[in-house]
Amino acid sequence: MASAPDAAIELVGVTVRYRIASEAIDTLKEYAIRKLRGRLDHGQLLALRDVSLVIRPGERVGIVGPNGAGKSSLFRIIARVRPPSAGRVVVRGTLAPLLELGLGFHGELTGRENAILHGTLMGRSRREMLDRMERIAAFAELEPFLDTPIRNYSTGMVARLAFAAATDIDPDILLVDEALAVGDERFRAKCHERMAGFRERRKTFLLVSHLLDEVRETCTRALWLSEGRIVRDGAAGEVCDAYQAWAHETRDGAAPAGEDGS
Amino acid sequence: MAADTPVYDSARRGPRFVEEARDLWRYRHFVVELALRDIKIRYKRSVLGVAWTMLNPLMTMLVFTLVFSTFQRQPISNFPVYFLAASLFWTFFAQATSHTATLTTDAVEITRRIYVPRSAFVAGSVLVGLVNLLLSLVPFVLIVVVTGWRIRPSWLFLPVALVAGTLFTAGVGLFVFTLASRFVDVRDMYQVLLTPWFFVTPIVYEPAIVPERWRWVVRYNPMTYLVEIFRAPLYDGWLPGPKTLLFAAAAAVVALAAGWLFYAAKIESYGLRS
Repeated sequence: MASAPDAAIELVGVTVRYRIASEAIDTLKEYAIRKLRGRLDHGQLLALRDVSLVIRPGERVGIVGPNGAGKSSLFRIIARVRPPSAGRVVVRGTLAPLLELGLGFHGELTGRENAILHGTLMGRSRREMLDRMERIAAFAELEPFLDTPIRNYSTGMVARLAFAAATDIDPDILLVDEALAVGDERFRAKCHERMAGFRERRKTFLLVSHLLDEVRETCTRALWLSEGRIVRDGAAGEVCDAYQAWAHETRDGAAPAGEDGS
Repeated sequence: MAADTPVYDSARRGPRFVEEARDLWRYRHFVVELALRDIKIRYKRSVLGVAWTMLNPLMTMLVFTLVFSTFQRQPISNFPVYFLAASLFWTFFAQATSHTATLTTDAVEITRRIYVPRSAFVAGSVLVGLVNLLLSLVPFVLIVVVTGWRIRPSWLFLPVALVAGTLFTAGVGLFVFTLASRFVDVRDMYQVLLTPWFFVTPIVYEPAIVPERWRWVVRYNPMTYLVEIFRAPLYDGWLPGPKTLLFAAAAAVVALAAGWLFYAAKIESYGLRS
């Protein structure tokens, strides 16, 4: 049984193992040959090691740590993109991963068609997306171009549509990557405003970011991941300070330090 | 917490094949949109899109008519309709199943970023195939009328044949898709397999011309019965015999069940290739 039945996200002893790419056998022919010879071992990489974690509804958790610490793996198992190699993951409530915008978009389709496709990819129905279309178009400021194939859009227009379609939602849990804001200065401000709206509505919120100030500002709690383990878990400001100090220290040893913790 | 709150539990208790079916149903809207995307792209890209879907089987039919009416000692009466009635299904089957292998690239791109049941890609592929099949009925009816063949009451059996044919296609499609998700050479291997499969199925010839010692190949080929449940009503003008119908139905159910079980058991580990 899960130990925290009211948690929004719960991890119990989660380990994630990856096969090392150079060892991968990706043809059936080779697989059959190796299997016959009885040689099918492969190298492994541990991305998460025995991680246990409870996140309660309404908590806003920032995840910090150097590259390769296991931040994306953590998001992946929570978003159900990958099953844990060992341990258990429980997620209660609707989850919206806002990690990559414009997933499934196709240039030949119109803005409207792409928004619908993207919405159904996130588990919503066509009807629901049609109901939201007016708001999505208004937010993206693309009303006159909604029935134009997006190959005729500028990069900024596509990004605006993707952001608007992805965030016109009401999930219980959000997984957010930094740098989600898109477009010009004015539109970025709109993006930030929308994200702040989720915060005000007390959504459970997970943020991966290298921008420690962003974590301090938006999160109530922070996790510091290192080599697949949670090395520190506590109030956002406290964990960020500790991580920043550590980052400065290690960087001073290697190269001259920069200004901020980014 | 509300009772209808969706819960994802990696240590889910139900059997895999039940959970996977539930997830596919939950994402049915995506299946439809995915199919619509493929259809729209195909028909938007070229003005000839729709025309091509209709012309393609006609061209093949013409070639086979020329070749086989010269070589067969006992010419089949109205070869064009004889051939098209069977190739309607074969084309649908071959296209939909090999398309699933192509979709694995798409599936990997999407599923490494967001959760969506991978079987949605197979279902979408079958749906696109069905739409193309329905479109290819237009030139078929045209040929039937032009060659003086008749549309008979037995045509009403077509929906039943379509159900069996679709289940069989989905089953094989799941199998191909699952293997192709893990092994990159499966796509080409399957293409190589399709050609002999076409020729051991009575599509361009009558089963009667097969020499006695090779009959068993045709007899043990499930495609023989599936093709026949389309040809009997559309060409011969009668319902398929009970034995044919039984074998076709059995092939459809077994293919789908085996394909689904294989998919459900393997896709999670096979899909992690990326």
